[in-house]
Amino acid sequence: MSHIWTMIAKRLALGVVTLFVVSLIIFLGTELLPGDFAQEILGQAATPETVAALREQLGLNDPMHVRYANWLGDILQGDLGESLANGQSVSDLIGRRLGNTLALAGYAAAIAVPLSLMLGILAALFRNSVFDRAANASALTSISFPEFFVAYILIFFLAGAGGMFPSMSNFRPDADFADFLYRAFLPALTLTLVVTAHMMRMTRAAIINLLASPYIEMARLKGMSPMRIIVRHALPNALAPIINVIALNLAYLITGVVVVEVVFVYPGLGQLMVDSVAARDMPVVQGVALVFAAAYVLLNLTADVLATLSNPRLVHRR
Amino acid sequence: MTETRDVLLTMKGLRIEGRADETWTEIVKGIDLTLHKGEVLGLIGESGAGKSTIGLAAMGFARDGCRISGGEITFDGIDLRAASEEDRRHLRGHRIAYVAQSAAASFNPAHRLIDQYAEAPVRHQVMSRAEAERDAVDLYRRMQLPNPDEIGFRYPHQVSGGQLQRAMTAMAMACRPDLIIFDEPTTALDVTTQIEVLAAIRDIVDQFDTAAIYITHDLAVVAQMADRIKVLLKGEEVEEADTRTMLTAPREAYTKSLWAVRSFARPEQAPVGGGTPVVSVRTVTAAYGSVDVLHDVSFDVHARRTVAVVGESGSGKSTTARVITGLLPPRRGEILFNGTALPPDYRKRSRDQLRQAQMIYQMADTALNPKLRIRDLIGRPAQMYLGLQGKRLDTRIRELLSLIELEPDDYIDRLPSELSGGQKQRIGIARALAAEPQFIICDEVTSALDQLVAEGILKLLDKLQGEFDLAYMFITHDLATVRAIADEVVVMKDGRVVEQGPKTQMFRPPHDPYTELLLSSVPEMDPDWLTGVLGKRRASG
Repeated sequence: MSHIWTMIAKRLALGVVTLFVVSLIIFLGTELLPGDFAQEILGQAATPETVAALREQLGLNDPMHVRYANWLGDILQGDLGESLANGQSVSDLIGRRLGNTLALAGYAAAIAVPLSLMLGILAALFRNSVFDRAANASALTSISFPEFFVAYILIFFLAGAGGMFPSMSNFRPDADFADFLYRAFLPALTLTLVVTAHMMRMTRAAIINLLASPYIEMARLKGMSPMRIIVRHALPNALAPIINVIALNLAYLITGVVVVEVVFVYPGLGQLMVDSVAARDMPVVQGVALVFAAAYVLLNLTADVLATLSNPRLVHRR
Repeated sequence: MTETRDVLLTMKGLRIEGRADETWTEIVKGIDLTLHKGEVLGLIGESGAGKSTIGLAAMGFARDGCRISGGEITFDGIDLRAASEEDRRHLRGHRIAYVAQSAAASFNPAHRLIDQYAEAPVRHQVMSRAEAERDAVDLYRRMQLPNPDEIGFRYPHQVSGGQLQRAMTAMAMACRPDLIIFDEPTTALDVTTQIEVLAAIRDIVDQFDTAAIYITHDLAVVAQMADRIKVLLKGEEVEEADTRTMLTAPREAYTKSLWAVRSFARPEQAPVGGGTPVVSVRTVTAAYGSVDVLHDVSFDVHARRTVAVVGESGSGKSTTARVITGLLPPRRGEILFNGTALPPDYRKRSRDQLRQAQMIYQMADTALNPKLRIRDLIGRPAQMYLGLQGKRLDTRIRELLSLIELEPDDYIDRLPSELSGGQKQRIGIARALAAEPQFIICDEVTSALDQLVAEGILKLLDKLQGEFDLAYMFITHDLATVRAIADEVVVMKDGRVVEQGPKTQMFRPPHDPYTELLLSSVPEMDPDWLTGVLGKRRASG
């Protein structure tokens, strides 16, 4: 097992390096954004003197590398800085929203991952049947529509006339778990519809890809049932690509859900990001971008480790 | 003796079709077969004879893209064609079991051996899991596997090929079936491993009085295993007789030709061109990473002579080829070409140096780019090394095709997928010749081919050698090939040369003990050979 730990340590170190590079790109990227902060904050009516004074106060006049070093130094001490717009601590702002985002992503994943695995397995089992084609067609249909369209369709049918679920998920912070599940149902369902197709099709393809293997023929010649052949003989060997696709989709659920959040007025990280970009609130933009990058790196790391663990050839050396 | 026993399996007029390009073509054309309880029937033939297809049909099974289209299959009174899929499923693994050619590919890499062993008995409700595990250890012991108590808890990749093949036979025995189909179970093994597996299979089939269909293309192997032999050609029966009759007095011309292949041999060639060898391997030590895989390997190859490098897998034969071609620069030692040292790394060699040493590969299938036509496959080296263009290039390609005995107009614009295995290998030869080399490395060039086809390739290589004064290095694990084509032999084991010398001397005692083991492990056509060899080895300890 020790080589697994070595691998994890190596990947973590590599992840830190990646994050460092990403931080550099984020910083340079925000530098390139047009407009001037101080001007933006003070509005059109501000006199040049007040703008200059504010720039001085925010340290915007320092050379770029000095500001990057300061920013990075603060981050390493756990301080993401303060919002330029309202002076709140960026960590607090992100912390609150991150909880919401993770909750929604977890909710959607809890539905989507088992659902797509199950559909993928069944589609592989009944390949080329009516069920297979129907599952594929509906999954492709839902992925082909833009998210906001899927969201509005769901609102129309599930929140509109019948009114089973709320179309706005602006829940109170003290809402209990059941209330959260109820209020966040429509955004979670929308996201499920968006990510299921990808995972389901990969599960199906990865399994079918293996069905011509000699060990699958061996299982058939041992008189095993078709379901057992898929689940016990094909699936364990198909896990690596499936895990990677799941990780990619989970990362998407955390970082790519701005549109859905906006439609359902869900207070997540995506909205915070968009609002902050509009307000030129650079510390917040940079902070959120870093969190997104970290989510990607961590999920991919987890996927790599799980894919390794799923392969006995890598876990149990000769 | 067999007449007195009950009939276990009969096939009458069995017909099986395979689908190719949307049409069904018959691949098994009316086979009759009778197998008694406890009897071993050998099915023998070249690839495409339908051996495996018939073996699988005995389980009521047809591969994807195949269908059983006619005839009867009756197993112990059960009509397998009329039975439901569910009923057939309960027979498979339970009363009829299967042992596949490549155990390494046929064991599921995701599960431990014992889990795979227990699967059939538990699922078919023959034993509980605990009973199956105890039984597995017993059978592993009977199959003479090392550490029978713990080997089952390993994953397939942690066990060697020969051991896997024995574990697979044990697995097939798990439910004590009435019939086992052995589908070329030793083809992928080295000779020294093969003999052990053969012995273990024969013992266990005897002990449990199991009937078996033993499929192989190797006559000498089937002679050890079968009570009766059925010879097949392109889906039809050629003849059937009991083993001894078949070996001593085959009736049909085709059977006789199969028997005759093993007698091809050519006289030793006299070396030409003075004393300087074309290629000289000088005290080469080479490593993958930090592990040395070749130790102090030295030998010479002269013009018009063939040096056969023999040894089991892992003995360093192919690594030696990689060192000579510059793919793996050695840690110590050097390669001389006509007396001058070559740069160790192929990237530092001149185009002319590269041209002089060419390679022909074992798997012609994967060594030819499937997207290129024959014209380009052969034309590229002629263009690259010799700068031929246009009309001259075309003439040269046609010349090469004639040399390898393929009609130029027929073949020049074909894709590799439109060729047979033997023809692909001929293209591989033409590609090597196109560079006009002095030296060719043949890496197991015949081991993927049927015996008759392989013989054709060997004869062609022999003819070309005479015509162009070529020096060959012939990598092989097959001593019959060595006997046929080699002038000198280099025996390798664990990266070392254990013995080398002219062929005539190698096949005459006294031998190095390892050479002796190799030589004595090559199956012979005598049905008593296996018993004899095993007896001798036991006697000598």
